[in-house]
Amino acid sequence: MTIDPDPDLLLDARGVAKSFGAVRALTDASLSIARGEVVALLGANGAGKSTFVKILTGALKPDAGHVRIRGAETRVGSPAQARRSGLVPVYQEPSLVPDLDIADNLRLGGTDRDAFQHWMEALAHPDLTLDAVVRDLPLATLRIVDLARALAAKPDVLLLDELTAALPTDLVERVLKVARAQAEDGRGVIYISHRFSEIAALCDRATVLRDGRSVGEARIEPGVEERVVELMLGAKIDLGKRAAEIARPKPEGRPRLAVQGLAVAPKLKDASFTLHPGEVLGVVALEGQGQDELFEALAGFRQPAAGSIEVDGAPARFGHPADAIAAGLSFVPGDRAHALFRERSVRENIAMPFSARMRNWGPLRLRHEKARVAEAIARLQIDTRAQGEVQRLSGGNQQKVTIGRWLAHGVRTLLLFDPTRGIDVRTKRQIYPLVRDLADRGAAILYYTSELEEVPLACDRAIVMFNGRVVDIVEATEADEARLMRAAYGLTATEGAA
Amino acid sequence: MSDIHPETDDRVPPLLRVGRFLKDNPLIPLIGFLILLIGILEVMRPGILSPFWAGNMIKFAIPLAMLAAAQVLTMLTGGIDLSVGIVATSAAFVTATLTPLIGPFPAMAVAMAVGALVGLVNGFGAGIARVHPLIMTLGTGLIATGCLQVYQRFVIATGSDIPDILEWLGTGRTAGLPNGVFLFLPFAAFILWVMRFSGFGRLLFALGSNETAAKLSGVRAWQVLIALYVLSGLIAALTGLLYLGMIRAPSLSLAVPLVLPSVAAAVIGGTSIFGGRGSFAGAIVGALILRVIDTMLTLARMPEGARIALFGLIILAVTALYVRFTETR
Repeated sequence: MTIDPDPDLLLDARGVAKSFGAVRALTDASLSIARGEVVALLGANGAGKSTFVKILTGALKPDAGHVRIRGAETRVGSPAQARRSGLVPVYQEPSLVPDLDIADNLRLGGTDRDAFQHWMEALAHPDLTLDAVVRDLPLATLRIVDLARALAAKPDVLLLDELTAALPTDLVERVLKVARAQAEDGRGVIYISHRFSEIAALCDRATVLRDGRSVGEARIEPGVEERVVELMLGAKIDLGKRAAEIARPKPEGRPRLAVQGLAVAPKLKDASFTLHPGEVLGVVALEGQGQDELFEALAGFRQPAAGSIEVDGAPARFGHPADAIAAGLSFVPGDRAHALFRERSVRENIAMPFSARMRNWGPLRLRHEKARVAEAIARLQIDTRAQGEVQRLSGGNQQKVTIGRWLAHGVRTLLLFDPTRGIDVRTKRQIYPLVRDLADRGAAILYYTSELEEVPLACDRAIVMFNGRVVDIVEATEADEARLMRAAYGLTATEGAA
Repeated sequence: MSDIHPETDDRVPPLLRVGRFLKDNPLIPLIGFLILLIGILEVMRPGILSPFWAGNMIKFAIPLAMLAAAQVLTMLTGGIDLSVGIVATSAAFVTATLTPLIGPFPAMAVAMAVGALVGLVNGFGAGIARVHPLIMTLGTGLIATGCLQVYQRFVIATGSDIPDILEWLGTGRTAGLPNGVFLFLPFAAFILWVMRFSGFGRLLFALGSNETAAKLSGVRAWQVLIALYVLSGLIAALTGLLYLGMIRAPSLSLAVPLVLPSVAAAVIGGTSIFGGRGSFAGAIVGALILRVIDTMLTLARMPEGARIALFGLIILAVTALYVRFTETR
């Protein structure tokens, strides 16, 4: 559905495109807001949502297309200009200077104090003193402060980006009420959220992004979830044979890893599952549902606040990644930059865990090391033409190096966090059978992926996380994307959770 | 489609290519620069080049190169050790004053223990309290300076003596070469081995390159840092012993003027102060270069103050130039 050029539109973004190097983040994104409208902007992970938001708010310049605010031909040039022209964003992470008090923060942004106080009262936080230092305040309060500050600027278009994530229910209700009031005042609101319950309560319309394009719009009415999920999924390219079609016995016996009631600040509240040798367990979640905390706790990077981890039936506590490694848990993080020594060689990158323990600080066992590294390189088919420095390899080969490190070291339990993010299809097709093969040789693999179509390709089962909890367990044979997507949006087990 | 990063492409500007060549083979231009400087020296004062002069230059480059080793190792992790000057001085002073009381070898052992102790405190600060090594080693250096002055009051009456072995190492010559090489060659071989062929050396590069990745590989940074700064303290103390044998006059600031040149020698030798990249062979050439420059300034018969100021200026200029050439990206 298209909208004719209309001077009454508060915001009109059309044909917005943006590439980062060879990666096309957006090809053709559009969004319009009329007076009195609340519009939800939806899209799965990697659909280009955050790039689009950055362009709307002037943090990035589009390669093509335009953003008009109030029908004027003003092209947004900077965040400050976007603010002046009437579009004010409020993000999940409050943009306040932590070491200043509230009053100073208001002064920095030129916010009117009386207006701010008025909105704080409307949001039911009248007792906040302005000389409180930002650093000392809880996150929920800061989000409200940030929102009140934005409202005090009398924005024509208010952009709320995941503002309600991890906010207590009563505050969520007030935020929704204030946003609704904005629309009734003839202003516009862009609402970004993973929660359908909030979208249903607040929004008039939803516009969906997929693979960098605006693929459709939907009026918010009963049953709209189905239509939105359909739009978000679209048609998919074939990536390889489904793992689920290969018959595999159900896991039995003692689990390699048993997680019970695990809670890790800030986002993981309650995760329980078991992982058996020979099994690839997928983890499906939208961004920020606690999966980062889950993996980092299992890898020894964070300490759990509650719950237990058992490895081979024995309770385990990981104070440092070295403890996790000693218990056989190897972690491949989502961001390769965290895992690689950029200016060191492929061999050194792969062999690093060999030297980690103090008893191995002496002479390098070069022959042993070379043999193990060569084996890992051969198994992963790493292109070693530029092996002198890892930073000269392609992204896919760099990713293989991070996995190869643990192949060389010996894998018992592998924690793969989005191992195929940002790599080419050919490399992806090499990684699925490799994961399968490792499992067949007795490894237990936990596999988080931001791409739903990978679940039936690589996993036996998948746990679905929403809002810090494991909300569903899906057999790979039943793991069609629509079901996973619905579960990931909290539409099955805990509908309406806040 | 090429899997190789475009950086390896041939179509790069010539200056960048020179820079990249220097980055990949930092020793070649360094040695060239050293030879050039020696050539200039010969032009300034024809006939100065002789085996004796060369031996002398090497002799005074050795303590500088040893302290530079401490800088290279700490800089690999992104740190630095500014306490080496006062540690070397303390080691020399303690040895000289204790030798009449407890004999030469126990005195030297105490001196080495002092180095290890300061290193341990540095390692605790840098590795566990996570104080920046620059601040940490400046702080411990100051504390050690104070302690040394207090210590001096206690031993003021005992007199001082320099162990024979140190005098032999510091002043003697064998076949024209200073005896210091008998200490330095095994020392250099050990440092080069640590950096290239030991697990510990690999971890130093790893910590400087990417500490998160090192942690992910199971490396406990604090263990490495404590061991590193203890090693650095031991190197400084050993240097102090050798320097005592050379100068034969313990004072409370014996080796302190060597600190900045030791950092400069490491940086000129291609060690990055940001960590992850470094070469001890380069630092040795860097120490020789600094000694030749020092000789040139002495020959120019400048007043002491001007000489020191110019030396500082040249160190900064050479370092800045070299870094500019090799860090082009």
